[in-house]
Amino acid sequence: MKPAGFEYHDPRTLSEVTALLGRLGEDARVLAGGQSLVPLMNFRLARPAHLVDLNRVAELDFLSVEGGELRIGAMTRQRVLERSEVVVSGWPLLREVTGFIGHVQIRNRGTVGGSLAHAFPSAELPVAMVTLDAAFVLQGEGGERVVAAEDFVLGTMTTVLEPGELLREVRVPAPAAGSGASFREVSRRYGDFALAGVAALVTLDRDGVVTAARLTLTGPAPTRARAAEAAVLGERPSEALFREAARRAVAGIEQDSDMHATAEYRVRACEALARRALADAAERAAASRAVG
Amino acid sequence: MNKRTITLRVNGAEHTGETEPRRLLSDFIRDDLGLTGTHVGCEHGVCGACTVLVNGDPVRSCLMFAVQADGAEIDTVEGLAPDADTLHPLQEKFHERHGLQCGFCTPGILLTARALLRENPDPSDTEIREWLSGNLCRCTGYVNIVTAIREAAKEVSRR
Repeated sequence: MKPAGFEYHDPRTLSEVTALLGRLGEDARVLAGGQSLVPLMNFRLARPAHLVDLNRVAELDFLSVEGGELRIGAMTRQRVLERSEVVVSGWPLLREVTGFIGHVQIRNRGTVGGSLAHAFPSAELPVAMVTLDAAFVLQGEGGERVVAAEDFVLGTMTTVLEPGELLREVRVPAPAAGSGASFREVSRRYGDFALAGVAALVTLDRDGVVTAARLTLTGPAPTRARAAEAAVLGERPSEALFREAARRAVAGIEQDSDMHATAEYRVRACEALARRALADAAERAAASRAVG
Repeated sequence: MNKRTITLRVNGAEHTGETEPRRLLSDFIRDDLGLTGTHVGCEHGVCGACTVLVNGDPVRSCLMFAVQADGAEIDTVEGLAPDADTLHPLQEKFHERHGLQCGFCTPGILLTARALLRENPDPSDTEIREWLSGNLCRCTGYVNIVTAIREAAKEVSRR
């Protein structure tokens, strides 16, 4: 229950980080908030030879709005995201999902970039970022590349990040006018890992017709339910519509079985949550139209 | 592995120590500083027994390396009481309301509660329970803990 030894690096600038990662390659792990990596190290499931700690890299810790886009530095604490007025008013889905991440003690250390790069199947932030069509900026020694949130996770705890690269920044476009979002999850106890989670974003026009919809389910990787999205497009919100969309959302999806829940249970839970999240999002979209 | 020299303020007093990078903050507090009020339960961030305040925020000290706390302000349960003869209102109310049985989870809960009351001097029972969700207590069933924190909130506001 104690971590194995490692070489510790605490760079102060991003260029120092990328130089270190470039030099150390696959021997290095990046340490962000440590709320997932340190437990793995305590269990010795992870034994990195080198740990590159980002906690003293001030330029990775920011939250700003530029050109209507929310920009989140990788080292932004989840608790900061949760309490930000800008986030609450412009990107309420992020506020909503962050409240489901562990507990306040975890969110005080846990970071946005850490959660996304760890890519744990039950994690809330990856699902929200896919739903909001966020872009991830990956930085290596040679430069940066931008990857859509949807293309970032390849599978359970596996991402497109190459050795020598880190997730530097997340850019989240503002939802269109007349949008509403919702996140629902099932867990054994409050703050536990989600057995299933679903995020929905619905946009209505002035006549109350769905003009855009995005629906994402937890799974080995965040799973966009395109068939469900297509089913609601051009329609008016109704219980029957969302029931049918939810049915399509889980048709043919893959879920894992483990000690906490079977794959079959997860599929059923995703279907119920999809129906509720869509209905919730549509209701919020309608309310935003009424106010606007 | 190369040792590092770190300096941190714990309960207002400065401490300097040498440590391996792999040393957890919880172990540094207990074994190097001798402050055994911080308890170590699960060592993977689930139980909350090792909760301390780092620069005012409650965090799991088993999920931080001591080297990461270099330059930080740490509060542990030993620093809660204003002096040797006076209890903090939270400690008083936990005593009066029987907010503990075996006491293993209590230091972590007291520090979580302290941070809650600083942020929100008048929390609802729901808010108290939400904050406590990160601290496991297997004895009390939490009812008396919630009562103690609610009454301590009034006491802190009154003073």
